[in-house]
Amino acid sequence: MAVIKLQRPKLSIGEKLYLGALVKGFFLTLGHAIKTLRGKSIGADTLASSGLGVTMQFPEQRWDDHMPEYYRGAPALVTDEQGRERCVSCQLCEFICPPKAIKITPSEIPAGDRWAKVEKRPLEFDIDMIRCIYCGMCEEVCPEQAIYLRKDYLITGLKRADMVHDKKKLYEIGGMRVGLVNKWNELK
Amino acid sequence: MPEIFLNLAIIITKIVFFTFLVVLPLVPLSVYFERRFSAVIQDRVGPNRVGIPLTLLGMKKDFHFFGLVQPIADGLKLFLKEDFTPEHVRKAFYWMAPALTVVPALITVCVVPFGSSVSLFGHTEKLVIADIDIGPLFIFSVASLSVYGITLAGWASNSKFPFIGGVRSTAQMISYEIALGLSIIPVLLYYGDLNLSRIVQQQADHGWLLLPLWKNGTLSLPDLNTALFLIPAAIAFLIFTISIFAETNRMPFDLPECETELVGGYHTEYSSMKFAMFFMGEYAAMVIGSALIVTLFLGGWSIGFGLDAIVAKWEIFGVGIAGLIHLGCFLTKLLIFILFFILVRWTVPRFRYDQLMKLGWVVFFEAALLNVFLAALIIAAPQLTAAIIGIGAVLLVAITLAVIWVAKVSDDTVRPIPA
Repeated sequence: MAVIKLQRPKLSIGEKLYLGALVKGFFLTLGHAIKTLRGKSIGADTLASSGLGVTMQFPEQRWDDHMPEYYRGAPALVTDEQGRERCVSCQLCEFICPPKAIKITPSEIPAGDRWAKVEKRPLEFDIDMIRCIYCGMCEEVCPEQAIYLRKDYLITGLKRADMVHDKKKLYEIGGMRVGLVNKWNELK
Repeated sequence: MPEIFLNLAIIITKIVFFTFLVVLPLVPLSVYFERRFSAVIQDRVGPNRVGIPLTLLGMKKDFHFFGLVQPIADGLKLFLKEDFTPEHVRKAFYWMAPALTVVPALITVCVVPFGSSVSLFGHTEKLVIADIDIGPLFIFSVASLSVYGITLAGWASNSKFPFIGGVRSTAQMISYEIALGLSIIPVLLYYGDLNLSRIVQQQADHGWLLLPLWKNGTLSLPDLNTALFLIPAAIAFLIFTISIFAETNRMPFDLPECETELVGGYHTEYSSMKFAMFFMGEYAAMVIGSALIVTLFLGGWSIGFGLDAIVAKWEIFGVGIAGLIHLGCFLTKLLIFILFFILVRWTVPRFRYDQLMKLGWVVFFEAALLNVFLAALIIAAPQLTAAIIGIGAVLLVAITLAVIWVAKVSDDTVRPIPA
């Protein structure tokens, strides 16, 4: 390998004295401080700052309006236009889930039901939000477009049991989603 | 006999008031300012939440007070942490070291003049604990003891990174103590006094050392000699301030505890209140250092612009309150200087170790020494004939050039031996 000899730049006396650079530095840092106090920091408006620096102060200000389309929040189950739960408990998401956060107990749909030909639906569907890593693999693997990562990010609880989202909670977060493929609908 | 008891009571009151009610609260306050001001410099908010949690008591709203209660929360946290002593340390010294860093810093409080004087029932009392005639010398001799705490901590921890930190601290102290002592000799020559409260009184009457814009209570331009003395005064101020930075282990000279190289430096093995005592010692040293700078160069407690004489006559219910106003003025100056310390921390990057030693031994030592002669020449000029002044000036310039030349020659890095 060739050895490259770097020539240090020649400094003038002013630069060697170091004092000019110091004063310049003071003005720079102090300028930042003053701009911060006036709420005029660079990027303060685009980042929706609280008026002090570029920081958004959380409980009073939320970034909900600034969330990108592709944001991955809590995974949730969705229903279709007719209120049918889309999940057929194939358990693909359970198997692909890297941290093993999903637990599904499948059950049959009784013969008299309107959607009896779907045959299966989940009896229990638990996602342990302590384990979930928001990777979105469940959404990607689902053949029924039943599980989606929504924009909910404030998932808190006082004990471990609170952090397990059961089926009811999952449908509550997911709600109804229209405009998806509906292969189980009646033929017209 | 009662006279002695009265004096004793006054002294104890002063010690308790100044040490525990003025300087010690300044330590958490400067930590708060450190955090908030650092945040503001970096376009952040900083701790602004900790306040009085009234919602816990069922009220509607909390009081935040801009997060001013944060230091108390920090202190409580440090109290409640486990005080862990590792197996491999040398116990006696390990326990002694934190106290050795805090105590000298707090002892130096006793010669700092916090205000002029308060009169009560016809009894006038100066706002300084010990009005001794060797003020700055006392501070230097006691403050340099605190390096023993750091060195002992490094050695007693019996672990490599703290040890390097301790050794660095010693080397740094040796390099900067000389410049620190030499740099204020011009100032002491100018005042002709070592008593800090008399120095401040003189500044109140004749203008601050760096701002001599009034004389005997009236605004006026300084005479030629005083104006000329601004040059050595400014050099002394620069060297003294930078040396104080090194002395208090503050950025940009915080080599004994630089996290990037030495984990935590000399206090790596410490936890809980023992760690907090190092912290307190460092900040107390910072407070005392800025107090000394303010006292020597920026007029101490004096308000300036000839206002001190007017304030001195003010009384409320027969109590002379001039001292309290001056105390407030002194604390304001102190806080501004502490903010300056913090500003420097975020402006100047940390020096490399050899650069630090070179700055101390090659630049500041010589500069402070030459500054002494320059100051002496300017002070003595009115008594000397023009010829002697000229010879002195020429000699001074010649010596300065010689010193610069020697520094430049010795600066040449060792060239590799040609093969």
